[in-house]
Amino acid sequence: MSDVAIEAIPAVETPLRRFIADYCANRLALAALVVVLVLALLSLLAPWIAPQNPYDLTQISIFDNMLKPGERSMDGNLFVLGTDEQGRDMLSAMLYGLKMSLFVGAASTAMGLAVGVSLGVTAAYFGGRIDAAIMRLVDLQLSFPAILIALILLAVLGKGVDKVILALTLVQWAYYARTVRGNALVERRREYIEAAQCLALPRSRIIFRHLLPNCMAPLIVIATVQVAHAISLEATLSFLGVGVPITEPSLGLLISNGYKYILSGKYWVSLFPGLLLLFTILTINLVGDHLRDLLNPRLKT
Amino acid sequence: MSATLEVAGLETHFVTRAGVVKAVDGVSFSVDRGQVLGLVGESGSGKTVTGLSIMGLVDAPGRIAGGSIKLAGKELVGLDERGWRTIRGRKIAMIFQDPMMTLNPVLRVDTQMIEAIQAHEDVANDVARARCRDALGRVGIPSPEERLSAYPHQFSGGMRQRVAIAIALLHNPDLIIADEPTTALDVTIQAQIIAQVQKLAAETGAAIVWVTHDLAVVSGLSDRLAVMYAGRIIEEGPTAEVLTRPGHPYTAGLLASLPINNPRGRPLNQIPGSTPSLLRLPPGCPFAPRCGACQDDCTVTRPPETRFGMDRRLRCFHPLEASA
Amino acid sequence: MSALIEARNVSKRFAREPDLAAKIAGLFGNVRREVVHALDSVSLAVAPGEVVGLVGESGSGKSTLGRILAGVWEPTGGDVLFDGCRTADLSGDERRKADLAVQMVFQDPMSSLNPRMRVADIIGEAPLFHGVAAKAEVAAYVADLMRKVGLDPSFADRYPHQFSGGQRARIGIARALAVKPRVIVADEAIAALDVSIQAQVINLFMQLRAEFGLAYLFISHDLGVVRHLADRVAILYLGRIVEIAKADELFAAPNHPYTQALLANMPKVETGKHAFAPLQGEIPSPLNPPSGCHFHPRCPFATARCSDEVPALKEIAPGRLAACHLNGP
Ligand SMILES: Nc1ncnc2c1ncn2[C@@H]1O[C@H](COP(=O)(O)OP(=O)(O)OP(=O)(O)O)[C@@H](O)[C@H]1O
Ligand SMILES: Nc1ncnc2c1ncn2[C@@H]1O[C@H](COP(=O)(O)OP(=O)(O)OP(=O)(O)O)[C@@H](O)[C@H]1O
Ligand code: SF4
Ligand code: SF4
Ligand SMILES: [Mg+2]
Ligand SMILES: [Mg+2]
Repeated sequence: MSDVAIEAIPAVETPLRRFIADYCANRLALAALVVVLVLALLSLLAPWIAPQNPYDLTQISIFDNMLKPGERSMDGNLFVLGTDEQGRDMLSAMLYGLKMSLFVGAASTAMGLAVGVSLGVTAAYFGGRIDAAIMRLVDLQLSFPAILIALILLAVLGKGVDKVILALTLVQWAYYARTVRGNALVERRREYIEAAQCLALPRSRIIFRHLLPNCMAPLIVIATVQVAHAISLEATLSFLGVGVPITEPSLGLLISNGYKYILSGKYWVSLFPGLLLLFTILTINLVGDHLRDLLNPRLKT
Repeated sequence: MSATLEVAGLETHFVTRAGVVKAVDGVSFSVDRGQVLGLVGESGSGKTVTGLSIMGLVDAPGRIAGGSIKLAGKELVGLDERGWRTIRGRKIAMIFQDPMMTLNPVLRVDTQMIEAIQAHEDVANDVARARCRDALGRVGIPSPEERLSAYPHQFSGGMRQRVAIAIALLHNPDLIIADEPTTALDVTIQAQIIAQVQKLAAETGAAIVWVTHDLAVVSGLSDRLAVMYAGRIIEEGPTAEVLTRPGHPYTAGLLASLPINNPRGRPLNQIPGSTPSLLRLPPGCPFAPRCGACQDDCTVTRPPETRFGMDRRLRCFHPLEASA
Repeated sequence: MSALIEARNVSKRFAREPDLAAKIAGLFGNVRREVVHALDSVSLAVAPGEVVGLVGESGSGKSTLGRILAGVWEPTGGDVLFDGCRTADLSGDERRKADLAVQMVFQDPMSSLNPRMRVADIIGEAPLFHGVAAKAEVAAYVADLMRKVGLDPSFADRYPHQFSGGQRARIGIARALAVKPRVIVADEAIAALDVSIQAQVINLFMQLRAEFGLAYLFISHDLGVVRHLADRVAILYLGRIVEIAKADELFAAPNHPYTQALLANMPKVETGKHAFAPLQGEIPSPLNPPSGCHFHPRCPFATARCSDEVPALKEIAPGRLAACHLNGP
């Protein structure tokens, strides 16, 4: 067959490069992505860039309590966003709180993904009874409001960051399982899966090396939006007092702490963490929305 | 007298990030009343885009960049959407490979057909319904009255294609563009559809452009044959002449590679190489890298369209057979 | 004749899940679970080095039979024999050997390649996994295969979308060859290719047959290609084989009325413009096939007996079988 002129299409455009170019074409989405990355970076660097460690009792003074934004303490420290009732610098508390919120959001999403994706892809590959069993569990899970399930779980499990993550994982996995099953049902009809079966490759390899990587694209969208969802859910739980412990506050807990002072005009204790939370969730959702537009083939020309 | 359809120098371009795709690049042909033109070519050669251009259905990022399309002497290029609506579906009808492009899966067949009639004519429901029943009968659907109140998914693939054809014929169009209407169908069903269209064209005198990649299908159906390669018609002429005495090396290569033209069990004559990408066409003849008759001048300039014999056109510097 | 791979009275039934409309209807009455007899007691053997063409209309069960012979699906009834042993009785290494000996080449060159794997991995994964090639030499093994199917080995680290249709088809063929099969089931393997590329791939199939002594089950609806390639041809209609014969005999003198109709309806370049005289009637639904001879509603020669009694597939000449009452009792 050497007479066949072999000329492959040159690799000018890989799908990833094209995707990145498409993403960057939208200014707003690009800005949102930059903001999200900056927020994540700030929260990671909190121990080094925050003016004080808000949980080190030696660094805070009760005499600095409830300072207005921009006020100076007696020993001359500037509190840009004010202090709370214990004299903590709000800016520092918010950076640490953001870190906790993002961590809980990302960790629970990652764990939810792992559980949901494994179950969903298994259900789709095997079909029949295994599929029915897993999907009934998913239906059951999705028929209760997420917040209710999380509340019940935390009431049983007690407080703690790990418990919150566990609860949020259990709330989220069903979304991933359902989405990935839908994709996998389509993908598993493709001939490359049959080819792998024909080559007598073991099932686990077919599921995880062939089927799964081809079902991931839409999950990225959902996972992004779910991080935002998990953060707001965690904030709700913390606000209700069943979330993270008081020693490691998240943004939600900060809002809750300051809530009682709002009516007395000391708005900053609640408002600033609230704005930061809103802003974080908004930008993450913007990123997620744009990813969805890009990955939805029906919107493509 | 002017032909039903006259296409001259048609150019349809798509502007993409990677560059301008000249999907149709200077295509000219004409079809007379009652005539069938077969438009063949490989995947991506621009057959569908040619059809869509004639229907005025090229969407962004595509646009008609030049040339003219005349239907019974009336220029269509540059028509506004209102002008198109009086033509599309009424004077020109299109049949697609997938009949579900025409049919709406959630509406009953009669609803869709009556709607199609009333879009162009002011007739009462029962009159329209009677016309629909006749139309279904004409395309060979048994018990059309009952079939009218069925949903498209209750039909087989071949039946759906018949319904799509019936809808295309509702207004007795002057021109029918059929884009691979039988490619997805079985041999015996394909033969039925072709026979039906042949009969109807003879009855109504419509001109037909039949797009396909299968030479065998058009050989039995068309009066004239146009072969497309990389957005251009590289050979055009009466079907029988083109198929028996091809002038272009590509047409000749295609015919030579058919199993029927090779001794059984022996290797087939093959055209080497693969179809070029429209974004990276070689400077000269687009077929040059695969052509056995290629000479130095072929790689410099595009071969222009030349007359070949009595009634044929060709784009090749070195035609296979200098016919009289 | 010792068969390499053989289907013996193979049947395959699919219980079709009721669709939404049926489910809603089921609320008011009992739901009828619809069963498709995709294959109804089909026997077909492929000898070493032989090319068997399998022809039939959409839904006749061609792909189902191909997949069952390739071991991707299990039959609902009957046996698949490899080298004379029932594959259902084999286990462990034996079974794997039988599975690897029959490989498939698929219709759609794009969807049959994993879009997220490099060509080197697509071709090299199975031989590496099954120990056909050692880890150190798998790259050379893949390069060798790529050369054999007419691909430049320097493209080994590219992804499928970077190739043209014909090249993708070659990758699929190289993947099948990598585990040293003895039979290749080619399911419409050229149907999705450009006309000018089809001849290249057909030639490749023939060349590989000569080189490796491969046998093929060549599934196609293109009678011209089947006639060119096949030694024997089997015609399927609605899950039953209606005729098996040597290719030249079948094309010279088709026996079964359905085969005759197929040949008559096949578009041919050489006939020129002519009036078509098609076979009438629709292909019946496999959910609800006609009684007796499945072909009787469309058969121009049908008699009363045809709608009552299923014609047996019987030998009408040496090596030639047909299932029609016209061939006598
Ligand atoms: N919307 C679009 N945007 C960009 N390019 C397009 C678009 N539609 C068509 N094209 C390009 O135009 C060229 C011609 O396409 P066309 O669909 O007419 O081919 P065809 O001859 O009908 O092929 P097939 O046999 O596969 O139907 C192709 O190269 C295709 O990539
Ligand atoms: N997984 C499945 N579930 C249910 N029914 C099926 C399944 N696969 C095939 N069938 C049915 O079995 C019958 C035979 O299908 P098969 O795919 O073997 O036909 P085919 O001859 O290959 O047709 P085609 O030419 O369209 O590929 C069809 O009626 C089909 O609807
Ligand atoms: S112009 Fe030259 S390269 Fe092109 S087809 Fe004719 S002979 Fe071949
Ligand atoms: S058995 Fe009867 S119906 Fe069937 S093919 Fe023979 S003659 Fe026709
Ligand atoms: Mg097309
Ligand atoms: Mg099939």
